[in-house]
Amino acid sequence: MSKMHVKLTVNGQEVEGLAEPRTLLIHFLRENLNITGPHIGCETSHCGACTVDMNGKSVKSCTLFVAQANGADVTTVEGLVNEDGSLGVIQEMFREHHGLQCGFCTPGMITRAHRLLQENPAPTEEEVRFGMAGNLCRCTGYQNIVKAILASADALNAQKEAAE
Amino acid sequence: MKDEITPEDRVANLKGMGSSRKRVEDVRFTQGKGNYVDDIKLDGMLFGDFVRSPYAHARVKSVNKEAALAVPGVLAVLTAEDLEPLGLHWMPTLAGDKQMVLADGKVLFQGQEVAYVVATDRYAAADGVEAVVVEYEELPVVVDPFKALEPDAPILREDIKDRTEGAHGPVRHNNHIFTWEQGDKDATEAALAEADVVAEEMIYYHRTHPCPLETCGCVASMDKVTGKLTLWGTFQAPHAIRTVVSLISGIAEHNIRVISPDIGGGFGNKVGAYAGYVCSVVASIVTGKPVKWVEDRMENLMSTAFARDYWMKGRIAATKEGKITGLWCHTTADHGGFDACADPTKFPAGFMNICTGSYDIPTAYLAVDGVYTNKAPGGVAYRCSFRVTEAAYFIERMIEVLAIKLNMDAAELRRINFIRKDQFPYQSALGWEYDSGDYHTAWEKALDAVGYDALRAEQAQRLEDFKAGKTRKLIGIGLTHFTEIVGAGPVKNCDILGLGMFDSCEIRIHPTGSAIARLGTISQGQGHATTFAQIIASEIGLPADDITLEEGDTDTAPYGLGTYGSRSTPVAGAATAMAARKIRAKAQMIAAYLLEVHDDDVEWDVDRFAVKGAPERFKTMKEIAFAAYNQAIPGLEPGLEAVSYYDPPNMTYPFGAYICVMEIDVDTGETEVRSFYALDDCGTRINPMIIDGQIHGGATEGYAIAMGQEIAYDEMGNNKSATLMDFFLPTAWETPTYTTDFTVTPSPHHPIGAKGVGESPNVGSVPCFSNAVHDAFRPFGLVQSHMPHDHWRIWKIARDLGLHG
Ligand code: FES
Ligand code: FES
Repeated sequence: MSKMHVKLTVNGQEVEGLAEPRTLLIHFLRENLNITGPHIGCETSHCGACTVDMNGKSVKSCTLFVAQANGADVTTVEGLVNEDGSLGVIQEMFREHHGLQCGFCTPGMITRAHRLLQENPAPTEEEVRFGMAGNLCRCTGYQNIVKAILASADALNAQKEAAE
Repeated sequence: MKDEITPEDRVANLKGMGSSRKRVEDVRFTQGKGNYVDDIKLDGMLFGDFVRSPYAHARVKSVNKEAALAVPGVLAVLTAEDLEPLGLHWMPTLAGDKQMVLADGKVLFQGQEVAYVVATDRYAAADGVEAVVVEYEELPVVVDPFKALEPDAPILREDIKDRTEGAHGPVRHNNHIFTWEQGDKDATEAALAEADVVAEEMIYYHRTHPCPLETCGCVASMDKVTGKLTLWGTFQAPHAIRTVVSLISGIAEHNIRVISPDIGGGFGNKVGAYAGYVCSVVASIVTGKPVKWVEDRMENLMSTAFARDYWMKGRIAATKEGKITGLWCHTTADHGGFDACADPTKFPAGFMNICTGSYDIPTAYLAVDGVYTNKAPGGVAYRCSFRVTEAAYFIERMIEVLAIKLNMDAAELRRINFIRKDQFPYQSALGWEYDSGDYHTAWEKALDAVGYDALRAEQAQRLEDFKAGKTRKLIGIGLTHFTEIVGAGPVKNCDILGLGMFDSCEIRIHPTGSAIARLGTISQGQGHATTFAQIIASEIGLPADDITLEEGDTDTAPYGLGTYGSRSTPVAGAATAMAARKIRAKAQMIAAYLLEVHDDDVEWDVDRFAVKGAPERFKTMKEIAFAAYNQAIPGLEPGLEAVSYYDPPNMTYPFGAYICVMEIDVDTGETEVRSFYALDDCGTRINPMIIDGQIHGGATEGYAIAMGQEIAYDEMGNNKSATLMDFFLPTAWETPTYTTDFTVTPSPHHPIGAKGVGESPNVGSVPCFSNAVHDAFRPFGLVQSHMPHDHWRIWKIARDLGLHG
């Protein structure tokens, strides 16, 4: 199949490559760019393991063609570490509150939580549960994930206040 | 003073057993730096993909590869014919049966592997799969295990038809796999005949699937120059896989290296050997290139490892005061097209004979019939120890059914039948020796914690309001007291493929006082790298942070039987403690030499050996480690390392008391879990944070199973639940919040008293949720309604009881 040229920004870096028109964004990220944080759990938009941030929205990269991401600004879990290489706030809170076990859902969870906390910087527990319902976890029963996200909201808000 | 920190600080510095040490794995996982099978990328790597049968039972008349081979990128298409000369078109199962790798003349379930397409990338492989033309001739389908045993039922397994002996004794029908009997049939029937009260019920535990978030997959790489095969894969038992691959492929075992990298959840799904592994190995040998195969979600739900599917007919006998006098159970076990259960060899129905549960039942009898049907093979332990969850569901439902018959409170009925603390070690009527337990204490603590009497009063009030037309919601109170049996197991009665179910640990102390430990198990999210280091830290006094833990590489790890059935802590955890103790014993001699006293004159103190009566004279483990490598000590070899292979003397028997409160809308069938209280007793607790996480996760799996998760087939054998649209995985939104609690009854035979916990919440929560549903409708005469209790089925219960007015 003939290939097309795509160009996008991933985690702040411009990247380009050749892909078939049918190539999914998740496969382009994982196989062409070696960005293996986003995972594949279903390929049918149900599990959220493939969640990335695209132009300020959470998207399931298993259900988008890379062609649709042409020119887009994409962030994956790898892009959420601090500049000095230390864990970002949400990543640190997942660790702190035991919000992961096998870790397979974690990149999608953290990327989704990152967006959720921008949509709603001070969510209630209910809002977190609702806002995360597109991401499945088979290990944790979500209780500590919810805890980690609420703690992240507090920490991020405290950071913001300190900066102001 | 040489040493100013307090003994308490010294203990805290170790982050040993009992501390909620943060997980070391998480730094990688939270930034997307895990290394799962699908992340592996090798030069020139090819992709494999399967052509699968759309039919549940059909003859395969022909497979035409021509068009597929013309697809750009497709390099090869393998069929049974290609595998036959290698003897690889069939493979042995863990249960003593054999299974087709690729369809050999016929297919026995929908989704069965028919051909394997190898291509340069996954898209080309998928195109190749589309282009393979298979001609089928449909055959009559049997999906009901009872019908499969009728005289005129179609013969499913033509390869073994008319046999009279199976892997587990005589068989009486072509579709009959085995009968497994335990206990005393005559005495139990006598107890039933003489009893004041007998309750009888059919309890069905439906077919479901472990469905870890990561599906199964592998990368096979045959190096033609060295003759060495490397196989990365989602294996819960890498060493067993190596042995199996060697036995069936003829490649010498030392030329095979099996590696389980990070695993995205297992829950039993990743114990077995699958066609994808065999075909990938063959494809790598044929093409000389590495070959990756990763199943998609639909393939996962259709073909690899279902769980449960047990029809359990029960009879329970009691005095009119409620003392149980006998238990009878006949189970019809639907195994699908091949018997691919992952049970220890001598236990074709796993540990189903733990079905007397937490109760002192004097006589019992169990018979299990295994049956072939046109469904996927499997029968794995979905986060439980070999059919324990079926057993626990059975007895915990039978107790409720008996309570109804006796018109008695189910909490009280349990209380008067529990095995008493002073009866341990307890010999059960079906042959187990329970190591330790204190059920009454746990039960009272649980009832107190939830305010049981007040809950019952609230429930009664709600019922009155309902009858008065003031509300349409009922309250159900679900009770469960379960006893697990984990840690398989003693080599004398537990083996898989003839491999004794011991486990192992090797520890090496480095000169500077840090260490590496390698185990025969493999973590799939349980946090072994964190917890096993804690065991070592407490045993040898080096900080857990200075101990690296490695698992899953058969070239470096000592032989072990892997991680499933909650066996890691009971078996490998014990091996770890024993290896650490060997190191400590040698360290004692080194310390005595350095302190110039006799070996017996030093004693262990947290992280050091000190001279008895002179605690200021001591050598820390760090100092001892250095000395082990730089001093010539008479009579001692240099170095400080040890290995232990641990054969447990018995299983361990964790237990727990769970109580949930559920609101049920009679008109819509909707349910809301208002509270869920889980008390677990797993003996000595290694890392409380991780234990709580295991409870949350296991109980959520139980919630899914009880309330909606099901692998369902129609009469044609079509799998109706092969996507996450139809197969229920709860989201954060509907998942309950759990309150955890504990008691500690150490295992008397385990070196650190630990019993294992990972699977308890799945075993205990399923009956707890189900009992809550039943309890809500008990006043209206409901005795038994099969799971899963999705909204529609609950709505139907209410309708059938005439509650819709
Ligand atoms: S892989 Fe994209 S939602 Fe599951
Ligand atoms: S941590 Fe395993 S799926 Fe979420």
